[in-house]
Amino acid sequence: MPDDNRVATREAEWSRWMAAAQDGDRAAYERLLREILPFLRGLAGRYHRTADQREDVVQDILLTLHRVRHTYDPARPFSHWLATLASRRSIDALRRRGRTERVEVFDELAYETFSDPAANREMSARDEAPGLHSAIATLPEGQRQALELLKLRELSLAEASQLSGKSVSALKVNMHRALKALRARLKGD
Amino acid sequence: MPLSTDLLIARLAASAAPVRRLRPPLLRAAFWLAGVAAVAAVVVPLYGDFALFDRRMQDAKFVIELAGTLLTGIAAVIAAFQLSVPDRSPAWAWLPVPPLILWLAASGYNCWRDWIAVGDHGWRLGESAACFATIVGFSIPLGATLLFFLARAKPLAPMPVAALGGLGVAGLAAFFLDFNHPIDASFLDLGWHVAAVGLVIGCTALAGRWRDAANAQAGRPSER
Repeated sequence: MPDDNRVATREAEWSRWMAAAQDGDRAAYERLLREILPFLRGLAGRYHRTADQREDVVQDILLTLHRVRHTYDPARPFSHWLATLASRRSIDALRRRGRTERVEVFDELAYETFSDPAANREMSARDEAPGLHSAIATLPEGQRQALELLKLRELSLAEASQLSGKSVSALKVNMHRALKALRARLKGD
Repeated sequence: MPLSTDLLIARLAASAAPVRRLRPPLLRAAFWLAGVAAVAAVVVPLYGDFALFDRRMQDAKFVIELAGTLLTGIAAVIAAFQLSVPDRSPAWAWLPVPPLILWLAASGYNCWRDWIAVGDHGWRLGESAACFATIVGFSIPLGATLLFFLARAKPLAPMPVAALGGLGVAGLAAFFLDFNHPIDASFLDLGWHVAAVGLVIGCTALAGRWRDAANAQAGRPSER
C-alpha cells in the first residue's frame, strides 16, 4: 500500500529529526516543527473552533514539546508521543476556557458588561448620572452650545467656531464656565 | 496577533540546546528502587527486631500483609515513572491496585482478629501513634528523592504521578515499619495507616500541583 508506505517514511523521518534535535541539531528541529504544524492544527481544530483559539493551542503545544523534548525515546513512534502531548494540551486549554467563561462575559457592543448583575447596575448608574441632563438644560444658551459642540459632538474648536459663528476664545470661555457650573451643581445634589 | 507561530518556531529552534534523553521509565524505577533497597539494607538492621519478625513470619496473614505492602510500593513507583512521560498508557495507574487490595484485606483481617482476641483494648492510642510517626518519617526522605526523580520528566499531568508516587512511598514505609512492629494491626492501627498514607499522597500530590503551576508560568513566553 503506497499510503502506508508514506506514513511509515514520514514517521521514520520525524523520529530521526527529533532524535537529532535532542542532540542539538537546530536545523532538524526547526524543520520538524514546521513539518508537524498541519498535524497539530488538525488535532487542535478538533477541540477548538475559531482560528485564533486553535493557533493559541498550537503554540502551547509547541512550547510544551520544547519543554519535555528530553522525554522522547527515539526507539518509540514519534507521532504517538506527539499526539498524546497535543491532545492533553488541547483538553487543558478547553478546561481553562471553561473556567474563564464562567466568570467573564465577552460582548463587543457592551464591553463593560459584567456577569454579576449588581456590578452592571453600579456602572450604569455612574454613567447615566440622572441629574446631568437636567443640569445641562439649565445652563445659559452660550455655555450649553459650547458644551454640546465641543464635548457631546466632539468637534474641534475650529469646527465649532465655524458652525456657531463664535470666536474660538469665546467658545473656550463658555466651555470653561459650563464645566464649572455643572461641577458645582452636581456636587451640590 | 500576540506572537506568530512562525516566529515562535524560529525562537524555539534557535534556543534548542542539546538535552540528555531520559532513560526508559522502567529502568529509572528499577534504579530508584535499587537505591532504596541499598539504604534499607543498612538502616533496617539498626532498628529491626528480627527475633520478633521471625516469630511473626510464622503467621500466614502477616506474610500476606508484608507482601502486600512491598508489592504496592514497587507497583505504584513503577506506575508513577511510567505515567511521568507523555506516551505511556494511562492504564499503568491500575498496576498497584491488586497488591493494594491484598494489603488492605490482610491488615483488615488482622484487625478483626485482633479485635476478637484483645477486645476494646485495640482502640487505645499510643503504639499506633508511633507507627504513624514511623511511616511519615520514612516517607519524607523517600518521597523527596522520588519526587526529584519524577520531576526530571516534567510530567504533563503531575497530580496522578505524584499521587502514585505517594502511594508507592507509603507502601514501602509500611513495609519497613513491619520489621519492628510488635503487634498485629488493630482497627486503630489501620486507621493510622490509612491516615498516614493519605497524608503522604496528599502532600506529594500538592507538591506536584505546585510544580505544575510554577512550570505553567515559566512555560509562557514573556512576549504575551
